[in-house]
Amino acid sequence: MRAGFFRSRDEFEAVRDGSYRILPFRFMRWGGGRVFVSNDVGEWTFLPDVDFASFAEGRLDRSSAAYGTLKGKHFLTDSSSTLPIQLLATKYRTKHGFLDGFTSLHMFVVTLRCDHSCPYCQVSRVTEDRDRFDMSAETAERGVEWVFQSPSPLLKVEFQGGESLLHFDRIRHIVDLVEERNAIEQRDVEFVIATNLSNVSDDVLDYCQKHEVLLSTSLDGPEALHNQNRPRPGNDSYARVVANLARSREALGHDRIGALMTTTERSLAMPEEVVDEYVRQQFTSIFVRPISPYGFAVRTKQAYKYQTDTFVNFYQRALSRVIDWNRKGVPLVETYAQLLLRKLLTPFPTGYVDLQSPAGMGISALVYNYDGDVYASDEGRMLAEMGDFSFRLGNLHKDGHGDVMGGSYLRGLIGQTVTATTPQCSECAFAPFCGSDPVYNWATQGDVVGHRPTSGFCRKHMALFRHLIGLLESDDRFTRDLLVSWATGDNA
Amino acid sequence: MIPLVVRGTPLGIEKPIIAKVIRDAEKDRQWPSRVFVGPVPSNTVDVPSFSALISEEPLDGFRDGQLKAPLVHSVPTAHLNQGDVVRIDPDGVVRTLYRRGSPHNTLFATERCNSFCVMCSQPPRDVNDQWRVDEMLRTVELIDVEAHEIGISGGEPTLLDDGLLSVIRAAKDRLPNTALHILSNGRLFRYSARAEEIAAIQHQDLMFGIPVYSDLDSEHDHVVQARGAFEDTLLGLQNLGRCGVPVEIRVVIHKFTYSRLPAVAEFIYRNLTFASHVALMGLEATGFAKGNMEALWIDPADYRNELEEATLFLSARGMNVSVYNHQLCTVAPAVWPYCRKSISDWKNEYHPVCEGCSVRSECGGLFMFNLRSRISRSLRPISEPAEAASTLSVAPSPTTSP
Repeated sequence: MRAGFFRSRDEFEAVRDGSYRILPFRFMRWGGGRVFVSNDVGEWTFLPDVDFASFAEGRLDRSSAAYGTLKGKHFLTDSSSTLPIQLLATKYRTKHGFLDGFTSLHMFVVTLRCDHSCPYCQVSRVTEDRDRFDMSAETAERGVEWVFQSPSPLLKVEFQGGESLLHFDRIRHIVDLVEERNAIEQRDVEFVIATNLSNVSDDVLDYCQKHEVLLSTSLDGPEALHNQNRPRPGNDSYARVVANLARSREALGHDRIGALMTTTERSLAMPEEVVDEYVRQQFTSIFVRPISPYGFAVRTKQAYKYQTDTFVNFYQRALSRVIDWNRKGVPLVETYAQLLLRKLLTPFPTGYVDLQSPAGMGISALVYNYDGDVYASDEGRMLAEMGDFSFRLGNLHKDGHGDVMGGSYLRGLIGQTVTATTPQCSECAFAPFCGSDPVYNWATQGDVVGHRPTSGFCRKHMALFRHLIGLLESDDRFTRDLLVSWATGDNA
Repeated sequence: MIPLVVRGTPLGIEKPIIAKVIRDAEKDRQWPSRVFVGPVPSNTVDVPSFSALISEEPLDGFRDGQLKAPLVHSVPTAHLNQGDVVRIDPDGVVRTLYRRGSPHNTLFATERCNSFCVMCSQPPRDVNDQWRVDEMLRTVELIDVEAHEIGISGGEPTLLDDGLLSVIRAAKDRLPNTALHILSNGRLFRYSARAEEIAAIQHQDLMFGIPVYSDLDSEHDHVVQARGAFEDTLLGLQNLGRCGVPVEIRVVIHKFTYSRLPAVAEFIYRNLTFASHVALMGLEATGFAKGNMEALWIDPADYRNELEEATLFLSARGMNVSVYNHQLCTVAPAVWPYCRKSISDWKNEYHPVCEGCSVRSECGGLFMFNLRSRISRSLRPISEPAEAASTLSVAPSPTTSP
């Protein structure tokens, strides 16, 4: 063959007649003459209604832009090659990489005692009774055994309460045990202490600095709101957090302390003020969370006082404020948006155990309660504090790791949390980016599988996905680039 | 331009000689095969210790056997430097195989290829040139251990089969500090055993540069003029990725490929996430590209937006991306930090209008061949230092360059 006499493009088409086969896909009528199309590996695009109809009917024109997009993203194939299936398989495997390592998050509830009496808290006791609500040395030792039973190369050991620092001796005991064992195991281990920071001694900070322990605290918003949400003797929770935050950052480094906020009815009117408080305290991220419908929260009817829609409105206003701060040159990430965007915009899984399919219960996270009971999730032990032991998997002193993790009870639970099989999720175009929350379903609907049309969890996520995708599709380039950077940045 | 092939008058050269260029006979004494370049005869030269002699001066008075070494005379030698490696053929051709200190050394593996790309700069020939394996092995023996990087190109190097494996093994043993960058279409790696053989060598710094020209099979196959090539290459990339062999994705931009550049970038991010480097490359007007220029040429000014979108898309997602073969004035300033001086020095030139350009030293210039063929209408000297300073921040460098 001489140069200049190459064969034409048409000669390399697999078929002459323009026929194609449709690969598995999901769709949602978006409005505005458009359809949102997605597939199980997380590829997505928008199609005009007319193109969508042509696509579904097998008569989409090969030379159209939509055809190229759908073929390139593996929504259709026009050859007998198995390549599209193999690439889909690779992408599916990548997206589900969170299943590779098995349990990576291990939570130790070292005590239920607390100096706060927050009405939304599910799991705390204002008491001096150490014997009753503190984790024993033997329980801790068994818990550490369970941690290393997991084959995961990454192990995150988190200390919860109550106020975990009220039983710091046990934390130190567990950290020492893990470090000793890890000298042989050589896993990648991370320690986090969840603490309200109302009392943190220099000894504690010194230990955390030496053992590279991270702190995670609670900050609900400006002083008045925070103190109302989080009562303690002296009504000085905010002042203590702010003062000890500074000391902790000084001792450990600015980025070694994170904070979580919980939304209450009082918060709903002031999303901007809540966000601004995080900026004032020089945090680089804020996780806008609703209160969970468990434990004391249910008992006080707090969780149902406001509807999902109210929360979504609050969330959108908070997110908008976060974006505004970035526009002014102040970097601030909204963590939940970051999680959802990472699912939407990257081929990778997230390490977030509360929004995955199958659910992260046991297979991604385990909770070792102060009394040795093992729970499938933090929410599961909160339910247990109300007398509902549905998500108790066993007890460190009575049951073996293999019997519990390989047992029919946990398998049965997990089997009901695969969104590909749960009603309505199985057809939802957002399912590839979403997950299931069986404890939420059980707590609110009395059923692990759940009923989507009346689910606050579903309603919230439908709204958040629509909102974020809307922002990604908007003309506001600053916002688009910002959201992409959240999803793909090193901090994702 | 630096000549890499010259021809002189041979005397007594019976078979090809591969040897290290020696101008200062006191240095580089350790090499097993050396060729003296300089005035011959010379009192300072111990003739028998050389495999051959090369002389710029005519030496018509000499006859076979009069000197104790084979000889080429009446040949340009200005480009031959101490430490280079040359092959001297019986017909008097002196070919440079390696240049000491150059970042652009490439071993030529074979003329054969299983694709037939419309813009191929090195049109393939169906010849039996398995002898090149021996040439490469002998060249590797003579390459400086300090060499930063060596390329292997063709043709399609994987057609050499075990021959390629032996060259990689030799490079691993002989050149422990040298990166090896192999240009391949990756098609044969669809057979996973072939990828596993490469991985099993455990070369310390190896990368395969493999082209993906479209996210659509028919477009890619059209560019490489081989049905099924897209499937082969993508399966090959998956196999290499699975075996942990680092890969670079190379996209050559021309009229057949420019419009889907953003789609290709997304395809690479989603399907070839494991790629160590992505190179978005301008067209070189040589080989088939020269003859097909009418069909292939598109002015970089006319795909400026597509190139910017694809580059920034990949970069924002943490992919290591470079733009090759583009002059800074032809691309969007946002792309400047990703532009590399990618054109091999021996075929690298600048246009007369580049004379007054304030960023010429940062710019990769042009292919000598393109200078004689097509240049972008946006070629111009950049005079505003502010424009240059604000955009020439340093982007992360690729681990290897072409």
